[in-house]
Amino acid sequence: MEIVYALAIGVLTGSGVWLLLRPRTFQVIIGFSLLSYAVNLFIFGMGRLVVHLPPIITTLDPDPTRFDDPVPQALVLTAIVISFATTALFLVVLLASRGLTGTDHVDGEEEPEP
Amino acid sequence: MSPVWIVILPFVGSLCAAVLPSHARNAAVWLAGAVALACVTLTFQLYPQVVSEGVVRTVLPWVPELGLDFTFRVDGFAWLFAMLVSVMGALVILYARYYMAAQDPVPRFFAFFLAFMGAMLGVVLSGNLIQLVVFWELTSLTSFMLIAYWYHRVDARRGARMALTVTAAGGLCLLAGMLILGHIVGSYDLDVVLASGDLIRTDVWYLPALVLVALGALTKSAQFPFHFWLPHAMAAPTPVSVYLHSATMVKAGVFLLVRLWPVLAGTQAWFWIIGTSGLITLVLGAYAAIFQRDMKGVLAYSTISHLGLITLLLGLNSSLALIAAIFHIMNHATFKASLFMAAGMVDHETGTRDLTRLSGLYRAMPITTTLAMVAAASMAGVPLLNGFLSKEMFFAETIFVSGHAVTRIGLPVLAVIWGIFSVAYSLRFILQVFFGPPAQDLPRKPHEPPRWMLLPSALLVLACLVVGMFPAATIGPFLDTAARSVLGAYMPSYSLVVWHGLNLPLVMSLVAMVVGTGLYLALGKYQQGAAVVPLINRFDGRRLFEFAIQKLDALAAWLMRWLSTERLQVQLLLLICAVFAIALVPLHKGLPAGNMAGSAFQPAFALLWLVGAACAVGAATQAKYHRLAALSLAGGAGLATAMTFVWFSAPDLALTQLVVEVVTVVLILLGLRWLPPRYAWIDDALDSFGARVRARSRRLRDLALASIAGVSLAMLSYAVLTRQAGKGISHFFIENSLPLGGGANVINVILVDFRGFDTLGEITVVGIVALTVFALLRRFRPAPESMEPPPQQREQDAQTGMAAPDPHAPLPPGPMMVPGTLVQLLLPVAGMVSVFFLLRGHNEPGGGFVGGLIMATAIILQYLVGGTAWAESRTRIRPQYWIGAGLLCAAGAGISAWVATRPFLSALAWHETLPVIGELHLSTVLLFDLGVYFLVIGSTVLILVALAHQSLRAHRKSAAQARPEAAAGGVAALPAQAGPEG
Repeated sequence: MEIVYALAIGVLTGSGVWLLLRPRTFQVIIGFSLLSYAVNLFIFGMGRLVVHLPPIITTLDPDPTRFDDPVPQALVLTAIVISFATTALFLVVLLASRGLTGTDHVDGEEEPEP
Repeated sequence: MSPVWIVILPFVGSLCAAVLPSHARNAAVWLAGAVALACVTLTFQLYPQVVSEGVVRTVLPWVPELGLDFTFRVDGFAWLFAMLVSVMGALVILYARYYMAAQDPVPRFFAFFLAFMGAMLGVVLSGNLIQLVVFWELTSLTSFMLIAYWYHRVDARRGARMALTVTAAGGLCLLAGMLILGHIVGSYDLDVVLASGDLIRTDVWYLPALVLVALGALTKSAQFPFHFWLPHAMAAPTPVSVYLHSATMVKAGVFLLVRLWPVLAGTQAWFWIIGTSGLITLVLGAYAAIFQRDMKGVLAYSTISHLGLITLLLGLNSSLALIAAIFHIMNHATFKASLFMAAGMVDHETGTRDLTRLSGLYRAMPITTTLAMVAAASMAGVPLLNGFLSKEMFFAETIFVSGHAVTRIGLPVLAVIWGIFSVAYSLRFILQVFFGPPAQDLPRKPHEPPRWMLLPSALLVLACLVVGMFPAATIGPFLDTAARSVLGAYMPSYSLVVWHGLNLPLVMSLVAMVVGTGLYLALGKYQQGAAVVPLINRFDGRRLFEFAIQKLDALAAWLMRWLSTERLQVQLLLLICAVFAIALVPLHKGLPAGNMAGSAFQPAFALLWLVGAACAVGAATQAKYHRLAALSLAGGAGLATAMTFVWFSAPDLALTQLVVEVVTVVLILLGLRWLPPRYAWIDDALDSFGARVRARSRRLRDLALASIAGVSLAMLSYAVLTRQAGKGISHFFIENSLPLGGGANVINVILVDFRGFDTLGEITVVGIVALTVFALLRRFRPAPESMEPPPQQREQDAQTGMAAPDPHAPLPPGPMMVPGTLVQLLLPVAGMVSVFFLLRGHNEPGGGFVGGLIMATAIILQYLVGGTAWAESRTRIRPQYWIGAGLLCAAGAGISAWVATRPFLSALAWHETLPVIGELHLSTVLLFDLGVYFLVIGSTVLILVALAHQSLRAHRKSAAQARPEAAAGGVAALPAQAGPEG
């Protein structure tokens, strides 16, 4: 299972980085989403992969080994919401840039011919 | 009274002056005068204590761990200097009252003036090296402000900039030097440092420290080769020149040299660095002073020369020379300030300071003439004046210098040459301006300045006379206290008398007088026409400075061109490479062996990620030409991520990811229509062969980089996942979630209770982002070609035959009627579900984030199905209020803990058993989560609705634009039609 999980992170990262380096703003915003999936999965993986042990306490004296690590989960939950906010901001900035400059190139102008 | 107040008072006064209205001239003068007089009194009454105790100290802790304290320390020398600064300040304030014109913003002048005075007193009274540097830099800054006081003048701005660049750069060197000194001694406390002279002089870091401190002192005191800034600082109003550039600030450099004399002096390096710089400045300054045309220019170069004299005295490594230096600091301040005041008065009354135009002023200005003559005589070193005394001491010191024959003979000879030059420029200064035939073409008709303006100058001249005639009775005791505080046990015996008998120094003085007068007579004609200083004019410091600044600018521009880029792609590329490199650093030692068995392989999970990976790669390849497809595919990858969270025991994450995914897709969908169309066949047709090759090679490079990044992160993840986790802090949360947090869902308890402060910060950020989006979109100008409704919409409108649907219809018309009915029914259900998720969050998966996003999605659905106009005709959702309410709830929940005198965000809980309802558990945590809920609804809806409104605004705008154009066209067409008939 771990190998599948790691490969998933790898594919998401690769696609995300590729898109981040593209010249069109829409490509970058999609790449940003993909990369944030990868990073969230990576951070979540720091708690190791366990099945059927959600950190929901049922007894007053719980055994920590019987639950998944809650700290990475709490971190990732925050990260998901923040990455939504960042995406929204990025989208609006790219729309404004497109309106102002007339192009959707990330630099606000088409690349000059060298 | 503590010495602290002497430093604080001027700064307080400065703040008060700064808030006065700009025409409140007299109020500002009274304020500044009162502050200066208070400083004089405060300083003066410390004298008995200084004499009896030696050092008066006050320590206020600042950063004691770093050895930094506010230490104010008054010894004899600091006292004398503080008196000089405050008395001069008081006199110059009185002078400035009459000098400044009524239309100048005088309160601003006094605000900076008092700030400078405070900074200067701070330098003088500092008992801590770092503190001293801080005040030192403050004097540079305030001096900059004062030189550029008439900022409409180009020369003032340039002069100020040059002075700041030179002195502040010197200040940085000084800081470095002080840090080295502090490092050698192990303390920044001045008393400790002063007691460690031998330690410092024998340290290997002595020379660097000396050079750096010397750079600071020599730049400040305008010593060669940094002297060039001072003449250009004369663009300042004359009171500033009097105070800063003759009496106090330029003395800060020599003050520092005296202050550190016990620990730095006494070596060959000191002699050569300080002595040489002083000697060159001494002669060069006096030489250049002879040829100046501007009265203030003469005085500026003369100041440079006299500062050189003081520096040279300090460089001689002799305790008697040190006493002479301190004495000359005082003497020079009195006669030079008086002369600057005279120059200012001449300028004020005649409108010019040009020596070639001025002449015969003694008829119109007899008192000014008398005062200037006495002060100039003191400057030239005429007996019975204070300048004579310190000059004699200087001549005596040059004779007693030991060493090589070149120094033994050369030094006295150069001293006499300096004396000759001094006499020559002093004579010229007086004879040219005040004597001779009356000047004809002066801008103003000269007359005597007001009496109160003459008073400060008169007092200073009186001091020159009294000290010059009765030195031992007047300045003697103070000078003794000052010198004793520097020299301590090594205090030599000396006598302050006017007549030492006929000795070599007196002969030197006489030679200087006679030859100097001869030189003046010989140069008479030449000086009238000379615009430049002969011989050394080519080595103009200002031009070198400007050349250096220009080259520095060019270098910076060149570096910017080569090292930086505005291209985002290049920046991102570098960023990714840097992240990669940094991530590699901890791995260079290798990893421990894997010690955890992987979990069993599950085909369903592998299948899930087969699809997920296909989606990700698909999104990557389609994002350029097929945006909608790419967005859907990215959403697919997001769904796979959400399912992975469910799989591995993170239901909260899965829920959040799922709803965020929905909202994100809607968000980007709303943005899609504003992007320009992009078709592969157009792009391919446009590109030349070379461009295609470049693009292909760049893609290959990026592909390689992306692959490396992906593979490395996959390997890293795998490596981490197959190793046991270390013992972190997680067990604390699991063990205490129920007993301390009162919640079974650990994630939620962490978010709203244990780490509630983080969450408060986070929701604040989300709220700010939403408001930023809203604000940005209010000014959004869409590209002209995407103003029109998209073809699909036009087609649909044509089919239904309704361009603008009726917003008051009970249901959206046409094909959307059925979905419209459904979403209307859905809204209350969704609301209930969202509240359900909010309330169960503490014990089951859910919480404010998820609940809020569900509610927001339901609201957005109304917009999607019915259209903006239709949805908003029914309810007005004011998302800004929701954001505010959310923040208030969350912060209120935090503050409510104060009621129970517990720290911010501590949870308060009530557990009651009520009749009928049963057990009820209420907690401020719920209020906090409610705040999160409100804020998430508000922010999400605000972002999406603001984006949705763009199409409405764009349509309105295009319609509004179309009308005036049509009207204008009609008007333009009329004359054309009328043309043939006419």
